[in-house]
Amino acid sequence: MSFFEMQAPDGAIRACYAEVKRWIDETGIEGLHRRMDEAEAIFRRIGITFAVYGEGGDPERLIPFDLLPRVFSRLEWQRLEQGIRQRAQALNAFLYDVYHRGEILRAGHIPQELVYLNPAFRPEMLGFDPPGRVYSHIVGIDIVRTGPEAFEVLEDNCRTPSGVSYMLENREIMTRMFPGLFAKGLVTPVDNYPALLLKTLKEVAPPACKGDPVVVLLTPGSLNSAYYEHSFLADLMGIELVEPMDLFVENDRVWKKTTAGPRLVDVIYRRIDDDYLDPLAFRPDSLLGVPGLFHAYRAGGVTLCSAPGAGIADDKAIYVYVPEMIRFYLGEEPILANIPTWQCGDAEGLAYVLAHLGELVAKEVHGSGGYGMLIGPHATKAEIAAYADRIRANPGGFIAQPTLELSTVPTLGETAVVQRHADFRPFCLVGEQMRLVPGGLTRVALTEGSLVVNSSQGGGVKDTWVLRS
Amino acid sequence: MLSRTAANLFWMARYLERAESTARLITMGQRMAVLPGSAYRDEWRSVLRVTGCESFHTGGGPVTEEDVVRILLLDPDNPASIQSCLVRARANGRSVRTKLTQEMWEALNLSWRRFEGYDVGQARAELPTLIDWVKTRACVFRGAAETGMMRHAGHDFMRIGGAIERAQMTLRLLDVKYYVLLPETDVVGGGRDHYQWTSVLHALSGSRAYHHVYGGVHTPANISDFLMINRTFPRSVAYCVDQMRSHLERLAMEHGTLATCHKTVDEIFELLLNGQDGAIFQRGLHESVQLCLKLTNRLADEIADSYYF
Amino acid sequence: MELSVRHQTTYRYETPVSEVALRLRLQPALLDNQTPRDWTVTVNGALVQSFRPNAFGDGEGFFHRRTGVEEVVIVAAGLVATRDRAGIVSGFRQEAPLPVFLRQTPLTRPDGALGDLARSVADPDRLACLHALSAQVRDRIGYRSGTTSTASTAAEALAQGQGVCQDQAHVFVSVARCLGIPARYVVGYLLAPEGDQALRETHAWAEAWVPGLGWIGFDATNGLCVTDHYVRLCCGLDAQDAAPVRGSVFGATAIAIQADVMIGVAGPSADQQTQQQQ
Repeated sequence: MSFFEMQAPDGAIRACYAEVKRWIDETGIEGLHRRMDEAEAIFRRIGITFAVYGEGGDPERLIPFDLLPRVFSRLEWQRLEQGIRQRAQALNAFLYDVYHRGEILRAGHIPQELVYLNPAFRPEMLGFDPPGRVYSHIVGIDIVRTGPEAFEVLEDNCRTPSGVSYMLENREIMTRMFPGLFAKGLVTPVDNYPALLLKTLKEVAPPACKGDPVVVLLTPGSLNSAYYEHSFLADLMGIELVEPMDLFVENDRVWKKTTAGPRLVDVIYRRIDDDYLDPLAFRPDSLLGVPGLFHAYRAGGVTLCSAPGAGIADDKAIYVYVPEMIRFYLGEEPILANIPTWQCGDAEGLAYVLAHLGELVAKEVHGSGGYGMLIGPHATKAEIAAYADRIRANPGGFIAQPTLELSTVPTLGETAVVQRHADFRPFCLVGEQMRLVPGGLTRVALTEGSLVVNSSQGGGVKDTWVLRS
Repeated sequence: MLSRTAANLFWMARYLERAESTARLITMGQRMAVLPGSAYRDEWRSVLRVTGCESFHTGGGPVTEEDVVRILLLDPDNPASIQSCLVRARANGRSVRTKLTQEMWEALNLSWRRFEGYDVGQARAELPTLIDWVKTRACVFRGAAETGMMRHAGHDFMRIGGAIERAQMTLRLLDVKYYVLLPETDVVGGGRDHYQWTSVLHALSGSRAYHHVYGGVHTPANISDFLMINRTFPRSVAYCVDQMRSHLERLAMEHGTLATCHKTVDEIFELLLNGQDGAIFQRGLHESVQLCLKLTNRLADEIADSYYF
Repeated sequence: MELSVRHQTTYRYETPVSEVALRLRLQPALLDNQTPRDWTVTVNGALVQSFRPNAFGDGEGFFHRRTGVEEVVIVAAGLVATRDRAGIVSGFRQEAPLPVFLRQTPLTRPDGALGDLARSVADPDRLACLHALSAQVRDRIGYRSGTTSTASTAAEALAQGQGVCQDQAHVFVSVARCLGIPARYVVGYLLAPEGDQALRETHAWAEAWVPGLGWIGFDATNGLCVTDHYVRLCCGLDAQDAAPVRGSVFGATAIAIQADVMIGVAGPSADQQTQQQQ
């Protein structure tokens, strides 16, 4: 039986949901549906915004929005926040360590080859000190809940986690449509996120920067599926949205090409993968990228956020060692637990996984977006057998976890409020200080019983409230 | 502002303007084609010539409406077809999506693939509707920009792109049709030339305006004057040059410096100023038109150079 | 021994290109084996000063031009005093963790034949193993230019049985890594043995790690360990990674590349010549 976040098993409404429940009862299901249609119309109007920009004019796809907010109490958030900060700090300490002396590996806490032979590890980064020793400036941590007190980390995202625009837009729509809900000031605002992000990015200006740092957001271009978010964030921060062809490197500095001639750039919030950053340093066949960008970075002429190679910290094979990192670097016990994970790469893990595949969730180490994943209890015998063959062919490429009883959140159904599984992605900013806006992205599986919340597979999003008291 | 943004806005406006001009030309071709003796004159060919697409007509013989619809409206491989222009205008617009207003973007984005499914027969059957649709898109876009777009440098680049394209369309039309406007055709007189002239005016949506300025008499001198020198008719070369000058001036202020393109636009301006009161005829209409075409091409190149496109 | 080197690389573009960017690894590091002196790198006559150590301790510079360029002439020249240290290469300013040099790349990824070769030379005595490997590589891959390309993999070269120094070095590092021995691809200059036709291009060899000794340079092409006839430029995981010149251009239609290396024992006159070149 999954934990329902709105209601205790005895039917009592949990305190933090009192306001939401009152509003649901007041509005009625029919009223909610009417408002939902309105919300959808607004989304369609600002619309474009959430569309997936598919070339070839695919019908614009909106990520479904569910009207009912997900609520955390002040106390719940405090604990989450501590856990998130702790994790973001440890992940950055780990990144500094593996690109320098590798103490945690020397101490035998993590197998060396798991790091040094990992495709996500970038030898080019060895021995380099990024400004403030920060590698991952925006850490997105995917969290699931399995009980009133039980929060567990599903995975970390240290490269360029996306989805923060939903957090901001969902709140914006809710505030616009239901000003009364927010009038009492019960809900902590999240709209200072862009300002905090800009502050964070400016704090990691490179040594060569003089004066107020010039920050730009580097996007692969308008064909990228997250382009909306890129332009949205650039607009809210009041910074230039640039593509690789807008930049060039000279004299160890990065310049943007403007109508008034070249202008210096100090910090690049890049939403482009390592491989495509610089054809002279990484993939030579890449047509994207700014030649010499990495040289300027190592020369202290520009800061890249996140640092190339930050992906080693969110690798699924490294994930299991994060609690170890927290103990090693911070001398603390992890506040947020990991989900027990079997590595198919070791013989013991492999044997267990193959024997219990029908009960487990198995994933590819380098997969993402919910693809290439097997949910044992929902799979047919043939699917399980086929997946077992894939694991046997390349055990190191797979991990498995128990099927969790994810908590459910109230969701607007056809005729009633229904329970649907959800997860949560808060965004922790890391500069000179760590900053966290009270909220994040709640993704919800809109199909009954489904555990897959990815928007590419029928997931939706909803507003997330953190109460003031 | 980023050079790429300036270039995208400049080209977005040019392509949209080009789509609209081409639509107007097709309307002119239709009018001409129903006149007596049209087959013998191969009127549709001049439409292809104005758009620089004559080479797309292979196989000899006179050019038909079917050919023109295929080449100028639908052909995705012809960079000058309305279909290509709309696709390119949208592609340029999408790259600078955040610099456009919602309404501008919608005008570009709405049914930009409209012509993809059409075959020639179907397009011919619906031709007036389709042509109107293209013109309306361009009008909606301009209107949205007029009331909604911030007047930053991007707006200037966009307007300059549109003005250059519009001036060039008028010039190319004059370049192909100049012979009907030569003084000696006066003596020929009669219906045919009258129709030729009015069609030229019609292609530029200038028939009524012409009457307001010059009364009911069509003379080559007046028509040339109207299309080249008149500073109140928005499709005249002179009006477009005024627009270019004013927006280039704003850019100069904003960037704190004059560039070669400012000299060139002044040169074109002088040329037209000196062509007043029939002087452009005395110097040779055709030569003047060709010189203006050359200078506007140079101007476009120089703008790209001056602002690092 | 003091060696005088002049290494010229010329790129010619059929039509002028709008933008050229070059990553240059043409600065020999100061090592126990070698001391560079009066070493300069120029591109189209302009001195490149941006060299700084990369992750593996090799000097890396960058050059960029945004105006129409039809030709790029890169000249690295100077003197290097070399010392024969029985193949041992040491004195690196920056050391990467050894397991990094176990990473196989698309160019070195082993196939069955490379695995077999690894088994055939396996030996608990690491030095003996590496010498055996070097000899095997020389035997199995005859030196013949024009049979492989810069995109050829170690597996292809071994299957083909012939190739150039790049292929031999690739096979060497691939097999060494299969055996768990950290190995890397090295590019530099070789003063050709007397009587040999002078080498007019850069040379490639391998370095492998032997506990207690450190990095040892193995030149499988010539079947020996590096001596004072070798000048080391840079290293990497494979030829692509270790390329002394890597370029990126916008707007090029066709590129012709020409490299020319002159290396000789420096004398008083050679010194003068270097001066004049500057």
